[in-house]
Amino acid sequence: MIRLLAALGAATLRMLAALGRVTLFAGDALSHIARPPIYWRAFGSALLQIGFFSLPVVGLTALFTGGALALQIYAGGARFEAEAVVPQIVAIGMVRELGPVLVGLMVAARVTSSIAAELATMKVTEQIDALITLSTDPMKYLTTPRVVAASLVVPLLVAVGDVIGILGGTLVATLRLGFNTASYLQNTVDFLTALDIASSLTKGAVFGFIAALMGCYYGLSSSRGAAGVGVATKSSVVAASVLILAANFVLTEAFFSA
Amino acid sequence: MITLTDIHKSFGSTPVLQGATLTAQRGENLAIIGGSGSGKSVLLKCILGLETPDSGSIAVDGVPLTAKTRPTFLNDFGMLFQSAALFDSLPLWQNVAFRLLHSGMPQPKARDIALRKLARVGLGPETADRYPGELSGGMQKRAGLARAIATDPSVIFFDEPTTGLDPIRARTINALIRDIVAEAGATTITITHDMSTVRTTADRVALLHEGQIAWHGAVADMDAAQSPQLKHFMMGPVDAIGTDMR
Ligand SMILES: Nc1ncnc2c1ncn2[C@@H]1O[C@H](COP(=O)(O)OP(=O)(O)O)[C@@H](O)[C@H]1O
Ligand SMILES: [Mg+2]
Repeated sequence: MIRLLAALGAATLRMLAALGRVTLFAGDALSHIARPPIYWRAFGSALLQIGFFSLPVVGLTALFTGGALALQIYAGGARFEAEAVVPQIVAIGMVRELGPVLVGLMVAARVTSSIAAELATMKVTEQIDALITLSTDPMKYLTTPRVVAASLVVPLLVAVGDVIGILGGTLVATLRLGFNTASYLQNTVDFLTALDIASSLTKGAVFGFIAALMGCYYGLSSSRGAAGVGVATKSSVVAASVLILAANFVLTEAFFSA
Repeated sequence: MITLTDIHKSFGSTPVLQGATLTAQRGENLAIIGGSGSGKSVLLKCILGLETPDSGSIAVDGVPLTAKTRPTFLNDFGMLFQSAALFDSLPLWQNVAFRLLHSGMPQPKARDIALRKLARVGLGPETADRYPGELSGGMQKRAGLARAIATDPSVIFFDEPTTGLDPIRARTINALIRDIVAEAGATTITITHDMSTVRTTADRVALLHEGQIAWHGAVADMDAAQSPQLKHFMMGPVDAIGTDMR
């Protein structure tokens, strides 16, 4: 019993220590935003990598999920003769919840892993050391551009995901369930509020921040050797996914009360 | 002049450096030798601030190296890493010109200098726009050397310059280092376990053994030295594998 408590205590302490390190890391990354030099080229390439190249996977994920959501809500609604709520529930479900969460998780899978693998490889092959000896701060050159770019561009990805998800729902509702396209879209637009959209984009910014931060953190603190790259990649995706889902609950709660 | 005084460094409970004391004079070419895992790389990293010694002090021209003074030192510094450590995401010329570009030099001028430095290490202009991943290990070492000398620094470090190269390429790199350093009159510290590197590129040698400098002296005096550790190092089948990437 005592041993169990001790193990639990040790695990809790380890988690708190890790959280502390991540917080310090985040603070360090953010502290470079306004201090020159600013690496615009690195920032631009991060925007492209994180935002533009994630569009296909985000689009496909949202399309299928929006379609499935419409079917489920129709089936569920039919149990108490409320099939008509499909456009409204798909809209709120996509915009407030599924859009941001799916995009966040997809970005964690695609972007967090690739950032972690890239930076961990740089660490293993002494490229990070080389940066430092070339008078370049790895935090400023590698982390800050990625974290800032992700925080700005993932909300846009979420907006795209929201729209495509709703379109997916519309397609299924009109082709399969017999809704009228124009009135379906009208219902959606009338129903959504500014707060719904603000909630969606805020979640996107926070999830993007988490995704890039975890990739950089695990990449830069990876241990040496090829095995270190694998461990860093895996840990970064797990940590980013869990943190995104936890942050999603906290943000949902905050907007719920708002 | 680079002075290390009584440097101690442990990882966990494993001591690596246990009171290493060493000086490299201006214009001198110092080789630090020692078996694999003896702490040569850790010693260099302590100078560069990549590792923090547990105790001891490091000074350059009498000024202690600290987080505040190190940037000035690094501004006049170049290093060839064991694995070359070229940036995978940048073409060769931007690797070589990295510091120039980051200090605001216009691209055409920086590229010009990069091409000259590449030529100096035997890489033609056709390699300038290629990426490190497309080059052989020997070419990467050359490009790493070009990057190290891009700003004509007065201090250059070499970490195992011949590791991973076959004997012929190793000889070429050694000769190249010797000539370039002689032209520039730079102060160099080379860590190696390759005696041919020592004989080609260094004028003084320090042997790192069990965390301390067990012997140091002129390369010319090495063969006549009575130090049992040095004899053992020079004779033994030291690091027959010689390709560790630590
Ligand atoms: N970051 C580190 N963490 C733990 N141990 C390390 C670290 N860096 C080096 N070591 C250990 O210190 C010893 C000396 O390493 P190193 O200086 O790389 O040897 P070498 O003389 O071959 O360059 C080795 O046993 C190595 O495992
Ligand atoms: Mg080494």
